[in-house]
Amino acid sequence: MQLTGDNLTCQRGGRTVFSGLYFSLSGGEAMMVVGRNGAGKSSLLRMIAGLICISAGRLDLSGGEADATLAEQAHYLGHQDALKPSLSVIENLRFWADFLGAAGATLEPALAAVDLTPLAYMPAAYLSAGQKRRLSIARLIAAKRPLWLLDEPTSALDVQSQDRLAGLMRSHLAGGGMIMAATHGPIGLENARELRVGPE
Amino acid sequence: MSAFTSLLLRDMRIAVRVGGGALMGALFFLIVVTMMPFAIGPDLGLLARIGPAILWLGALLASLLALDRLFANDLDDGSLDLLMMGSMPLELAVAAKAIAHWLTTCLPLVVITPVLGLMLNVEMHAMGWVSLTLLAGTPALTFIGLIGAALSVTLRRGGLLLAVLVLPLTVPVLIFGVAAANAAIVGPAPFGPPFTILCALSLASFVLGPVAAAAALRHGLE
Repeated sequence: MQLTGDNLTCQRGGRTVFSGLYFSLSGGEAMMVVGRNGAGKSSLLRMIAGLICISAGRLDLSGGEADATLAEQAHYLGHQDALKPSLSVIENLRFWADFLGAAGATLEPALAAVDLTPLAYMPAAYLSAGQKRRLSIARLIAAKRPLWLLDEPTSALDVQSQDRLAGLMRSHLAGGGMIMAATHGPIGLENARELRVGPE
Repeated sequence: MSAFTSLLLRDMRIAVRVGGGALMGALFFLIVVTMMPFAIGPDLGLLARIGPAILWLGALLASLLALDRLFANDLDDGSLDLLMMGSMPLELAVAAKAIAHWLTTCLPLVVITPVLGLMLNVEMHAMGWVSLTLLAGTPALTFIGLIGAALSVTLRRGGLLLAVLVLPLTVPVLIFGVAAANAAIVGPAPFGPPFTILCALSLASFVLGPVAAAAALRHGLE
């Protein structure tokens, strides 16, 4: 399984954010997207997720499911947690698991993986920022998709949760998954390659 | 559970919980209809004559009331991004949201209409007909409004724009809805033709609304 970006260009609001970007990512590999504020790290991830259109160049995923689009094989963890405050933790997770193609999956392992089992029946409105973050990470565990697109995944997470996330990422990579993470600091993956967007 | 039903049930659950908008429409409808006799005066004959039109107008405005939050909430918390990444086509996801909105906002309107008709001196048997026309016509209001909600989703305070965009398109629904109700109550025109057109408007918007709304969402998110 391989994801390649070929001469990608991104334009937002008439301004060229980045252009001529090449990368390739194979199964089991992680890539850190680095760059200054506004260099287009988030735009690149949203582009791969199919949320903004590609101004020029092409994106290819080979070796995945033939009839699924790139966006359908990717998980996107953005700055927002996509949680409904009036639904409980387990209801939020159940919905995203069902919607993202893991209907009827058991959710207990996913909740345990982010240490939210005791809060399963609490409305999401009462969660702290870090707990909300962990709940949206549980979504990646509950529904299996090969490509993880993580935008600042460690924001709001405490040290233990960052370690736990690193463990989850390692086991995802060990299972042949791919990770692309936009980040300003280390997120606990030792042999991740670096993709620089924009000027040094 | 399939993605469609899970989205439908999620939206209904959110609507009926704290902070959801399920009863807002019904309460607004109640207030509008209750104020009407105070404004028009105690002329019972006049009230009975214009009662169906008032009920239809109240239902139209009430059904638009919560519509501007239909996609805006999902945009604000990032859910809309993920809805676009599901394996279900966006058109179906949008349709599921609209059906949930109709069930939680418009169906209560239809249900309380007979009670409100009492305040307008509309007779009991006539109320059945008005409710029937509302049942047939409100899906058109929801699915036309859906397009406006998708178009105005990225705008702050898009509610007014939504009303300006959507209300002109709902004029045919209003005309044939009130025409069908009046035909059933006082005649002499037959009930069939306007009611059939009302059903046709609902069915057509049921097909076109989600497609147009999904296209608007895809375009608006860039």
